[in-house]
Amino acid sequence: MNATPVAHFRDRGVRVLPIDPLLLVAALGLVAVSLYTVATATQDDIPGDPNYYLTRQAGYAGVGIILMLLISRFDYSRMREWKMGVYGLMIAAILLVYALGFSARGSKRAIELGVINFQASELGKLLLVLSLSAFVVDRMRRLGDRETTSRIMLVALFPAMLVIGQPDLGSGLVYLAIAVAVLFVAGTRWTHFAALGAIGVLAVVIVLLAAPAMGVEVLKPYQVDRLTAFLNPSDDPGAEGYQINQSLTAIGSGGKTGRGDDATQTRLDFLPEHHTDFIFSVVGEELGFVGAAIVLSLFALLIWRALRILTMSKNLYGALIAGGITAMLMFQVFVNVGMTIGIMPITGVPLPLMSYGGSSVLVTFMALGVMQSIYARARETASVKGL
Amino acid sequence: MYLDNDRRPTLTPQLAVRVALIGGIALVAFAAIFFRLWYLQVLSGDRYLAEANDNRVREIKVQAPRGEIVDRNGRTLVDNRAGMAVELTPDGLPKTLPERRELYARLGELLAMRPKAIERDVEPELKALPYSSVTVKEDVDAPLVWYLLEHQDEFPGVEPERVFLREYPHRETGAHLFGTVGELNERQKNDPRYRDVELGDRIGQSGIELEYDRFLRGRNGASRVQVDALGNLNRRLKFRDPRQGSQLRLSVDLDVQEAGQEALQGGTGKGAFAVMDVNTGEVLGLGSEPSFDPNIFAKTVKKRDLDRVYSDDLGSPITNRAIQGGYPTGSTFKLVTATAALESGIITPDTPLVDTGSLTVGGIPFSNAGGVSHGVLALRQALTVSSDVFFYRLGLQANSTGDGLALQHWARRLGIGRSTGIDLPNELPGLLPTPKWRNRLFEAGDTDRPWSEGDNVNLSVGQGDLKADPMQMAVAYAAIANGGRVLRPRLGQRIEDASGRVVQQLEAPTARRLEISAENSQAIMDGLRGAASAPGGTSTPVFEGFPIDIAGKTGTAEKGLGRADQSWYVALAPYPDPKYVVAVTDEAGGFGAATAAPMARRILAALFGVDEDALVSGGASQD
Repeated sequence: MNATPVAHFRDRGVRVLPIDPLLLVAALGLVAVSLYTVATATQDDIPGDPNYYLTRQAGYAGVGIILMLLISRFDYSRMREWKMGVYGLMIAAILLVYALGFSARGSKRAIELGVINFQASELGKLLLVLSLSAFVVDRMRRLGDRETTSRIMLVALFPAMLVIGQPDLGSGLVYLAIAVAVLFVAGTRWTHFAALGAIGVLAVVIVLLAAPAMGVEVLKPYQVDRLTAFLNPSDDPGAEGYQINQSLTAIGSGGKTGRGDDATQTRLDFLPEHHTDFIFSVVGEELGFVGAAIVLSLFALLIWRALRILTMSKNLYGALIAGGITAMLMFQVFVNVGMTIGIMPITGVPLPLMSYGGSSVLVTFMALGVMQSIYARARETASVKGL
Repeated sequence: MYLDNDRRPTLTPQLAVRVALIGGIALVAFAAIFFRLWYLQVLSGDRYLAEANDNRVREIKVQAPRGEIVDRNGRTLVDNRAGMAVELTPDGLPKTLPERRELYARLGELLAMRPKAIERDVEPELKALPYSSVTVKEDVDAPLVWYLLEHQDEFPGVEPERVFLREYPHRETGAHLFGTVGELNERQKNDPRYRDVELGDRIGQSGIELEYDRFLRGRNGASRVQVDALGNLNRRLKFRDPRQGSQLRLSVDLDVQEAGQEALQGGTGKGAFAVMDVNTGEVLGLGSEPSFDPNIFAKTVKKRDLDRVYSDDLGSPITNRAIQGGYPTGSTFKLVTATAALESGIITPDTPLVDTGSLTVGGIPFSNAGGVSHGVLALRQALTVSSDVFFYRLGLQANSTGDGLALQHWARRLGIGRSTGIDLPNELPGLLPTPKWRNRLFEAGDTDRPWSEGDNVNLSVGQGDLKADPMQMAVAYAAIANGGRVLRPRLGQRIEDASGRVVQQLEAPTARRLEISAENSQAIMDGLRGAASAPGGTSTPVFEGFPIDIAGKTGTAEKGLGRADQSWYVALAPYPDPKYVVAVTDEAGGFGAATAAPMARRILAALFGVDEDALVSGGASQD
């Protein structure tokens, strides 16, 4: 901010847009831990190919980093003009999964695109942030109206219901979290949030208690089991409680400094989904409290930088996007980590940058690219204004 | 480009509050996660580590084969063969009883067993030992094992397992000695003898297997393995090799055993024999006919087979007549009567008595076999020709001399009517009739008359109520031949490792010593020698041409009720310094000389390695 005019002109001369180095460090650090963890956790998963998951995850990360850097050069504000196209693309992609999607573990979430199975609901998270923020900016003058709040919520609820129907409950909840965050940052009145909260509680009661009692199945039984199993994992150690128990055992057995190569819970497959949704349990078992603390610190750094970019944004659109992306990251981190340590339900939310999976890794890097773009425009504007 | 409302100069206070709030939420969430992690990893880490180890480590029992049993020359009598058993592993079984019942129904169909029977066998064991597997059926065929392996999902928790099954290569030969092996049962569980044995382990249940179980039983190995979540073996952590049980060498000589059983089969098919070293008590052969194939007991025994071995119509093949027979012994008892009369001073070896062909006692005439009269004779001659009247007189006198129990005292000392103490379980003592015994029966109303002198007369020639078996007779004869030592017969000779090196010599238990004068026992030996060699000797024709000098006594016991007589022969050889005693009986063989004596000759031939065929071709035998 105190850059001298000389320095400032030199910067402009080479057209090097600034990048938030701490955000970058946090992201790269998390990816590094992810690669290490995926490598050790999956070395026995594919017989004869110990590096199967590692090479793929490294590939996703490499492409993701490149995408992030490219996007950071791009002016995110352009997306505001394309808001309808962005929203339409998201809905079309989700519907395409319904049309072409193949069944993975009983649920249709992905489209096979050569190397990666493209999960539309992952990309949807970012597209929703971009389009929803634009819609909110358009209605800023009438932000105090109930109609605005309900319209924005409905715009988010539509794709959310579509992905919940895939069924991908976790992504659907992420969509709703994004919508609430965007409205929150925009300045929607507290009373509206109170009403939304009441509706949310009512919805949970209906879905989990009332509807099943009347014989209407809103969620599949296994989803209900997963949502409630964390409350009492030892009730049914054979089925849904099993994952939680194994995850707790994995994390707990890691102790202060981890079990390293003796991490039997992971290596012997007691912990299901150890490279995807439960990768934090692997960190806990192999690297112990120290390792888990490092990973959490990196996430804390990430969130701190994201919030800072929110405040720096040169315009409201950027602030809302930053708020949406921050919410997306926070929600996924807390729900995922909370799930592995038994204080949150199992909802199938990946741990950003850590969980194995092309769609999640790529979309998260793209989101961080947008964040860097907001940062860069903010710095650029600040420079131009000579602030 | 930018719209008006998109311009936002600086951070408004409102946004600052809201961002701070988001940051606050993040802070609280991170704090919650950190505390939870602290609790899980730092405070409860040890407990979870133990749980993780529990998760992955399974201990698998590796059955140890039992020791082999060999004969005195090292020839295998009992060995092991590997078979496949079907077992249930509790880990994999359905959790609820109705589901398990469905599994038992499917399994029952496959194994040809009643589902109820499977449930009855398996459920209590699952309750008692929830982590160890239960055997459903032993020795199943290979195709069935393959079927099970190919249809694992239909049979959760059902696993084929390698087991060792006993094998008896000589089948009926020696069947009564070995006994059976079976799983430790509930009742035996608390027996201190089986402290180290787990439910489901196989132990000796009868015969030698039971008697020497602690040697024959191996030590099961254990394999601590690391398994993955599906229970697949992942890595072997620690392995303790199963240790095969020690080899047991019996004093039995397979040739003698075979000869004895073949000889018995040549008779009426019901009988027994015992062959013993008169100096050491080592048993060289002990057999009973009809016999059975012990291989039927090596696996889960079939009802049909079980019925057969216990069938009275088939002569109860399971009964070991050599130690459980309980027969009147006929004239073979005269050795006991002679000893009693000589040692209690009723006669000397040379006291002459008159045999007029019959003796009337209490109004009842007791006659010699065939009614012949032998005239005046002393003990040696009386034994040689088997004069009944001579011994009737001794019985009569014994009944009125002293306490009147000289016969009973000496019979008892020589081991008649009591267990010999052989190293086989389930020996029956038999019965030595005494006045006390009969009078008590009479008082209880179980018999028509009290003891009379006629009972003693009957006993003097081994008739009447006497019940003894070949093993007891062998022990009694051995005592006369070895200078008064009443031996405890032994089958077990020594414990060896697999290569035949001696681990432990099984000590012969100390014998009971009787005071019998050398002169008296020599007289008896001479009489027995005469019976097998002198002109007029009862078994002289049988042993004609036999290259070994035999001393032996025939016996023919009347069993009344129109039943054929019990045929006996007891031989000591070689005379005059006997090394072996052979006692053989046929339940319905008639005269001892006709049936039992030729059987004894066959056994003696095997014992001394006499080539009978060569003798027959020489024309010397007139069997």
